Amino acid sequence: MFRRLAKALLAAPLALSLSGVVSQSAHAADTTLLNVSYDPTRELYSDLNKSFIAGWKKDHPADTLTIRQSHGGSGAQARTVIDGLEADVVTLALAYDIDAIAARGLLATDWQKRLPDNSSPYTSTIVFLVRKGNPKGIKDWDDLVKPGIKVITPNPKTSGGARWNFLAAWGYALKQNGGSEEKAQDFVKALFKNVPVLDTGARGSTITFVERGLGDVLIAWENEAYLSVNELGPDKFDIVTPPYTILAEPPVAVVDKVVDKKGTRAIAEAYLKYLYTPEGQEIAARNYYRPRLAAVAEKYKDKFAKTQIFTIDDVFGGWAKAQKTFFADGGIFDKIYSN
Amino acid sequence: MSVAEIAPPATAPARVIRQAPPVHTEPPAVRIAIITVALVFLGLVIGLPLVSVFVQAFAKGWQTYVAALVDPDALAAIRLTLIVAAISVGLNLVFGLVASWAIAKFEFTGKSFLITLIDLPFSVSPVVAGLVFVLLFGSQGLIGPFLQANDIKIVFALPGIVLATVFVTFPFVARELIPLMQEQGTSEEEAAISLGASGLSTFFRVTLPNVKWALLYGVLLCNARAMGEFGAVSVVSGHIRGLTNTMPLQIEILYNEYQFAASFAVASLLALLALVTLCAKTILEKRLTREH
Repeated sequence: MFRRLAKALLAAPLALSLSGVVSQSAHAADTTLLNVSYDPTRELYSDLNKSFIAGWKKDHPADTLTIRQSHGGSGAQARTVIDGLEADVVTLALAYDIDAIAARGLLATDWQKRLPDNSSPYTSTIVFLVRKGNPKGIKDWDDLVKPGIKVITPNPKTSGGARWNFLAAWGYALKQNGGSEEKAQDFVKALFKNVPVLDTGARGSTITFVERGLGDVLIAWENEAYLSVNELGPDKFDIVTPPYTILAEPPVAVVDKVVDKKGTRAIAEAYLKYLYTPEGQEIAARNYYRPRLAAVAEKYKDKFAKTQIFTIDDVFGGWAKAQKTFFADGGIFDKIYSN
Repeated sequence: MSVAEIAPPATAPARVIRQAPPVHTEPPAVRIAIITVALVFLGLVIGLPLVSVFVQAFAKGWQTYVAALVDPDALAAIRLTLIVAAISVGLNLVFGLVASWAIAKFEFTGKSFLITLIDLPFSVSPVVAGLVFVLLFGSQGLIGPFLQANDIKIVFALPGIVLATVFVTFPFVARELIPLMQEQGTSEEEAAISLGASGLSTFFRVTLPNVKWALLYGVLLCNARAMGEFGAVSVVSGHIRGLTNTMPLQIEILYNEYQFAASFAVASLLALLALVTLCAKTILEKRLTREH
């Protein structure tokens, strides 16, 4: 009995690994793209991939195209690409994370100029998700620093979304205090005093707020807030759009080194350009990203609350500068959070 | 793992009964109290969570449960988990046997160092274990550039996941075999060789049969851990859907996507695999005690 078992145990991995090899080589003849993205885009890109593949199939009936997705915290995903994950395209939460990949020579450093609108085909903004009926009466950023309010936001060191949250609050405080950096720092510090737990990613924070029931308000991507309301019931949460908030531009880029090695440049570029087409923009809007295309934006205008929006370039002089000032080791976030 | 660990106390009394009549000095009330405390604790800490996994899995009915398991990404995760477990267990079977054979039957310098090395994966955090392989084989790593130039994929592909799993599960087979082999000593091997047996046939006809049940027991534990490993695999996986996600990673993904029923469906399958391992282990333990 033992011999038979031993034989079975030894034979199983061999057979399985062989079958793995066979199926992999069968796929090799087809085109596979890998889209390395961040957390809240899971639903957006599974919709977009289906639509793009369907269109591509019409022009190439004999071939197959597979688009694979990988999701995680934006910073962590950039790190994985730097460490060798062969992403044909990266679609991350902020330009700085793609800059980090470019700094290792995987794509041209002027990547952000290659596609329209700062290579950000859709935008989002930062909103508040509150418990149904807004029991704490949260309307604006000021309400987040009130004593006793529990605010949920992820860790800006690891999460792209959290950095947008941080900068949105900072931008608001600057405007309220006539541009005083000192007062802005006090404001953001008071805000983080009200944060009981810092998750590593945007999705982690959402789960903390909606599933674990922690906190009075979640600072979130607009699209993430809409998704939670839809998935978990409109009877549980309300979305509050603050009157003054930041324009979040999640950028996309083809990874030169990977597509040139795999010979997938043409199709990877077509894939990203598809995001700018009316169909691509519709899919983005349906997934609660604000479209760039005026016609599509007009069609979905009731879906997104009107608000005054500032850009990172206007207030902070771009991502590279903001990253260095606020989120680098020893930067302002470290100072705020260590005290 | 935690499921597997409750087995010994369950079989131990059976062994005592067979060998000698039980002797108690405690009053019955104390015995009942102790047993009740143990059962309530086990029920709360292990039983309840296990039951809740299955309850949650079926919360949205059979259709959702089945749909979650036949989803292409879930199927790919199940397949990958089985492949990784099979390869890792196979490798650890061979290397664990060789290592414990060397340690138990031979004297050499650096032996105690080797024993420490075998225990290392138990004390190193799985996340660190995963990072080690990224630092070695990642494109910024020591041999990463060489691998990339030759188009060899290790991390973010099957080989990396297998390596990380082998690292984490290595001690299970060796740790099971070393004490038994040391206890058995070398006298039987010496007898075989003095009767003219070759080294190989001594190994296959004397050493191996002597440890076969312990070996199988180690393999089972190794398998349970290999299928359930999260930390190390998460670091080297790259999280490509339908390609490099194992079952534990798939469970996390589904949970994060608000697909709670589907997440628990995959979790229940993983729990079921653990329960099968537990049953096999109990049967093996009975065999082991009978043979001694």
